[in-house]
Amino acid sequence: MTPAGFLLGKSRWTLPELIFWAVAIGAYFAFPRRHLLLNEIAVLGLFALSLDLILGYAGIVSLGHAAFFGAGAYTAGLFAKHVMGEPVTGLIVSAGVSAILGFAASFMVLRGTDLTRLMVTLGVALVLYELANHLDWITGGADGMLGVVMKPILGLFAFNFRGSTAYLYSLTVLFLAFLLARRVVHSPFGLSLRAVKENQLRASSVGIAPARRIVAIYTLAAAYAGTAGALLTQTTQFVSLEVLDFTRSADALLVLVIGGAGYLYGGLIGAIVFKLLKDALSIASPAYWLFWMGIFLVILVLVGRDRLMGWPRAAAERIAAYLPGRKR
Amino acid sequence: MTAALETFGLSKAFGGFQAVSDVSLTVEQGSRHALIGPNGAGKTTLINLLTGVLKPTSGTILLEGQPITTLPAHERVRRGVARTFQVNQLFPDLTPLETVGLAVSERHGGGSSWWRRLGSDSGVLDEAADVLTRMRLSDVMTVPTSSLPYGKQRLLEIAVALACRPRLLLLDEPAAGVPEGERHEILDIVAGLPAEVTVLLIEHDMDLVFSFANRISVLVQGRLFADGTPGVVGNDPRVRTVYLGEEADG
Amino acid sequence: MLTILFDGVAYGMLLFVLACGLVVTLGLMNFVNLAHGAFAMAGGYVTVVLMTRYGVPFLACLPIAFVATALIGAVLERTLYMRMYDRSHLDQVLFTIGLVFIAVAIVHFLMGSQTQVIRLPSYLLGRFEVFGVGIGVYRLFLIVVCGALALVLQWILASTRFGSQLRAAVDDARVARGLGIRVSRIFALTFAVGSGLAGLGGALGAEIVGLDPTFPLKFMLYFLVVVTVGGTSSMTGPLLAALLLGITDVMGKYLFPAFGAFIIYTVMIAVLMIRPSGLFARVGTR
Repeated sequence: MTPAGFLLGKSRWTLPELIFWAVAIGAYFAFPRRHLLLNEIAVLGLFALSLDLILGYAGIVSLGHAAFFGAGAYTAGLFAKHVMGEPVTGLIVSAGVSAILGFAASFMVLRGTDLTRLMVTLGVALVLYELANHLDWITGGADGMLGVVMKPILGLFAFNFRGSTAYLYSLTVLFLAFLLARRVVHSPFGLSLRAVKENQLRASSVGIAPARRIVAIYTLAAAYAGTAGALLTQTTQFVSLEVLDFTRSADALLVLVIGGAGYLYGGLIGAIVFKLLKDALSIASPAYWLFWMGIFLVILVLVGRDRLMGWPRAAAERIAAYLPGRKR
Repeated sequence: MTAALETFGLSKAFGGFQAVSDVSLTVEQGSRHALIGPNGAGKTTLINLLTGVLKPTSGTILLEGQPITTLPAHERVRRGVARTFQVNQLFPDLTPLETVGLAVSERHGGGSSWWRRLGSDSGVLDEAADVLTRMRLSDVMTVPTSSLPYGKQRLLEIAVALACRPRLLLLDEPAAGVPEGERHEILDIVAGLPAEVTVLLIEHDMDLVFSFANRISVLVQGRLFADGTPGVVGNDPRVRTVYLGEEADG
Repeated sequence: MLTILFDGVAYGMLLFVLACGLVVTLGLMNFVNLAHGAFAMAGGYVTVVLMTRYGVPFLACLPIAFVATALIGAVLERTLYMRMYDRSHLDQVLFTIGLVFIAVAIVHFLMGSQTQVIRLPSYLLGRFEVFGVGIGVYRLFLIVVCGALALVLQWILASTRFGSQLRAAVDDARVARGLGIRVSRIFALTFAVGSGLAGLGGALGAEIVGLDPTFPLKFMLYFLVVVTVGGTSSMTGPLLAALLLGITDVMGKYLFPAFGAFIIYTVMIAVLMIRPSGLFARVGTR
């Protein structure tokens, strides 16, 4: 295998990937009464994907990623309420606002240890939460923002109560975002991020200036998170303080723990498992869900994340190797 | 001709501990300059100061006449300084091809390209493959670094530095920890480095030092103890006492 | 005004006692223990149960809370925590968050989600005036108890053999081991004591800050602030940081109720930006 062949082969679309997206679209037809749930999964998947970009690829541990999710969510709500109700425009504006916020916040995670970053990211999310809480004449505070009415997408596709348009809308946005992320990750820039994550000392010794790369990926991740938040607002026509809550940041982290970080599909697969599990376990009581999540985390970390987390990729490779037509 | 590297009164203190003390060193262009000294003498600290990993407490550093004392590490790489670490500093999950390719790509300026597919730049790839061949790593170029035997990892450590096409190469005990049978590979490569590259080498193997170097500096307890040609330094009785620990037998 | 200052000092001393275990854990083993608040919660609930179901007087509950929580801490340390020392910070964060979830769920299941009420003994209630400053009896009690604890801790650290072994181990564990200091034993003991102190703090603080299953998550950030702002290289740094935090929080809530915790978070971020290793940390080799 030539060097070029080896490297290019890593970014080629594999069959398991195509199957995944086929299933995602197929779900629309297979579960006509669960479009609302599917929509939530898509939104959560995009949010987890955005966290994967900074956690799985740049190695930044953030406990406050919901800050950008919430920023996007509120921007979308305010935009729809006071400017115009067309969703795609609102989405772009929300992504932009979150990107700016992410850019500003990125300078805070450049310095310091893991613990400092943890606290700074947590702090930023808490500050935004308090801000949204106290500016309740704009945001609606704890009760939430009412009066968010969405017009048809691009003037053509109207939202319905079953969430059908919502799911297709979110899925499309997710897919486009995914494509871009995939491209970035398999580029020289993406490789340099992984290098910074694996050995920052060595990375700077080959001429990589970590600061600029981290600012760039953090901004992109923030834009993605904001897009996810905006999608949630637009598809549920509601936004409240929940979008900035610590549990939302923790949820994204859990999703990545379940699905595995560092290969882009972790957030998506994890979102599916997470949402379905939560639905099933929360029936008893919220404490029940919390308990099992806790047990899962403890066992997972004790056993070793790598051994468990490699499973989606290992399984996919195993499957792909048996499929016909695959070159060895 | 401007010296490749010059330091003036370079010092580094950690709290109360003086690691490097008032070191004024000149490394001439194209020379093979060895830095020797007992363990703990401050040799690696000095290299860290020269490469920008550590900030000096005082003193200045000139690279080809230009001050680089406050320049961050990655900037110095762009100015032509590269180094190897005494303890391998590699990327465990990346393959040698990716590692060397990364270094080459950064040098070409394409490091921040987010749109291009990895592997699509043939110029970068050809150069990377060339370095890997010269470093006898072609057969393992697609194996993750963490799976490589130590000797190969050490070769990769040097390969990465070479991929930066440095004008000044700082080698920190390149053969350290390498099994006896594989040492010659590394020594051959060090001996075969292009003449225009200035090499500053930390080494404990005296045979290598005296056969390779045309200038030797001795560092003891952070201070420049002796500095001169191998003949002068080798015969200096003070060096023998301090370094070898006892009076040299006749 | 001075009353508020006094209240802030009391709150700060309480925070110090709660957080000092975390200071040593983080400084000694570089271990991010986000579950520290769960130990405090445990101490609080033990006290509540003892007082309401078994009629144990409040003052007697305090040492019991300390010992009980210290025991829990010791057991957990030997069984679970000690496997996590070499793991990455992310692993430690995930692990301890998992522990918090379990603890919160158990408490929620056993005791319900309402805020627990502790009926303080009558001699700890009330206020009196000194030079025109309103002094709450319980808050005075807090300052005295926590202040005494701080002094004892400082004395242990500075004047006992154990203290100097601990300080050596914090400075450089590898060298300390080389000197023959049993670092893992020291850590086990310190972890137990730190958890015990957290439990004691939980018992003491239940009246002031409220006790319910959300306690560990609510106060996690406060503990982290004390540790990161105060640094981990001494006791005085975190003490000052805790006092600062307590006073700022109480004053902030009184003077600018609209902004509440907003000020704390912004100040914390600002401090971490300027001095990533903490306001009072000694610049060392780490």
